[in-house]
Amino acid sequence: GKWEVPVPKVRAQGETEVLKVIRTGKRKKKAWKRMVTKVCFVGDGFTRKPPKYERFIRPMGLRFKKAHVTHPELKATFCLPILGVKKNPSSPLYTTLGVIGVSTKGTVIEVNVSELGLVTQGGKVIWGKYAQVTNSPENDGCINAVLLV
Amino acid sequence: LPQDEPVPLAFFVHDAEIVVSLEKTLAGQTVETEKVLDIIYQPQAVFRVRAVTRCTSSLEGHTEAVISVAFSPTGKYLASGSGDTTVRFWDLSTETPQFTAKGHRHWVLSIAWSPDGKKLASGCKNSQIFLWDPATGNQIGRVLAGHSKWITCLCWEPLHINPECRYLASASKDGSIRIWDTLMGRCDKILTSHTQSVTCVKWGGDGLLYSSSQDRTIKVWRSQDGVLCRTLQGHAHWVNTMALSTDYVLRTGAFEPAEATINPQDVSGSLAELKDKAQQRYDQVRGQEPERLVSGSDDFTLFLWRPAEDKKPLERMTGHQALINQVLFSPDTRIIASASFDKSIKLWDGRTGKYLTSLRGHVSAVYQIAWSADSRLLVSGSSDSTLKVWDAKMKKLAIDLPGHADEVYATDWSPDGQRVASGGKDKCLRIWRR
Repeated sequence: GKWEVPVPKVRAQGETEVLKVIRTGKRKKKAWKRMVTKVCFVGDGFTRKPPKYERFIRPMGLRFKKAHVTHPELKATFCLPILGVKKNPSSPLYTTLGVIGVSTKGTVIEVNVSELGLVTQGGKVIWGKYAQVTNSPENDGCINAVLLV
Repeated sequence: LPQDEPVPLAFFVHDAEIVVSLEKTLAGQTVETEKVLDIIYQPQAVFRVRAVTRCTSSLEGHTEAVISVAFSPTGKYLASGSGDTTVRFWDLSTETPQFTAKGHRHWVLSIAWSPDGKKLASGCKNSQIFLWDPATGNQIGRVLAGHSKWITCLCWEPLHINPECRYLASASKDGSIRIWDTLMGRCDKILTSHTQSVTCVKWGGDGLLYSSSQDRTIKVWRSQDGVLCRTLQGHAHWVNTMALSTDYVLRTGAFEPAEATINPQDVSGSLAELKDKAQQRYDQVRGQEPERLVSGSDDFTLFLWRPAEDKKPLERMTGHQALINQVLFSPDTRIIASASFDKSIKLWDGRTGKYLTSLRGHVSAVYQIAWSADSRLLVSGSSDSTLKVWDAKMKKLAIDLPGHADEVYATDWSPDGQRVASGGKDKCLRIWRR
């Protein structure tokens, strides 16, 4: 229908797969911290909360800013900066809370397309478009996506 | 100076135009307070063309992309050539289709109006040239066939040399240029010397013919007997396009844009009168110096030549970051505009070739540009489906014209300044007016 995407069905990810429990405290008894094990996107102005209080840890090694986006009609791939994560199909926690932006296969992200030089019929320049991730970035080390035209 | 009517002037101090006030212009330059300052004035066009702001009609009819669009020299007729093998004539007073000229069997690659506006020549990918009558839409004479590969460019003999508009030059991918006698319907001369495709041919007003080719050279021929005079070398890659300083006046012939009326009319008068008028206009634009030629190439540079005198270029104009698709002299020959695939249009001084400014705004390759008849405005069509009108004096964007659904391949400004026509990949022709 109206919201068709190239990758419709995605295997749901359980919380134990995405979030790893971090034990803290003098006797390593406290288990309220979680570390994200999948690739995520943090915005430009992201600053960590004070380490004593942060519940979700997003390691710097798993933070990505750019995605390899393929245009389905032109069959050309561009390396475009990510603007944000729109929807992660596994759980709304991973998108809507805004705490974690996790990119894994099937996630819809927003990318900056000013490099493509697209213009609307009204003459306005298009600078952001949605794309859907098509690989598992935590296994490959890069984010591959398909532009949703 | 005693003049018939007040002429608008532009004032220049050390090559910088005084736009706001003398003080502001001098602030940017280091001038000694004790030296005498020379202020040079240049007369500008008496008439003023108003910028086009709105799309008045979107003319459908072509079934394939529109490749070329051209107004007749007086602005009375509009013709467009397309990939659907037809040439269509459009009625400008009602902005509706008028005639469909069928005859070509392959894509129509280039069209050219004769300087008196009575004939249109069109060249196709099957290397045939047809002549059409704009008043009836019928073919005139026989098909001109002779080239072995497709036609890249067509150019008529200027009006002031021959007011009958009899001879037509055609350039082809097979590397030869043929001069056709349109009255007899046969080939008069064949000029061969280029080793690769000839991309552009221009018939100068001084009896010389210029041709540019993919073999990186520009050759200058004598149009009387077809003898090669000079070869201009210098480019490092294909020479895509050329422009003569007297291009606009050769195109309009005996029609004076300052005398344009709301309803464009054909220029009337006997052949001798037309020839005189065209000669007068040509002499006025050309002035004392010989014609200048600017060539744009795939090697991202332009060369300014004085082909009648020297085979060394006057100036090499660098700065573009992608190949140059079209170069055009302004109608008063003072500015050269170059459109390139690097999304920018650069303006250069028409006499010395010095860089003036870059016009940025398009988000994709700029395909074609057209000057307004008073040299104050420039319209450009690009692959991002918009046209932009630039103010040449302020060197800024004047008006943005979106509306096309796909890339804009061809743009033209009518010589009477009233309309701009544009056509492209979305198969529809748009007319823009004030």
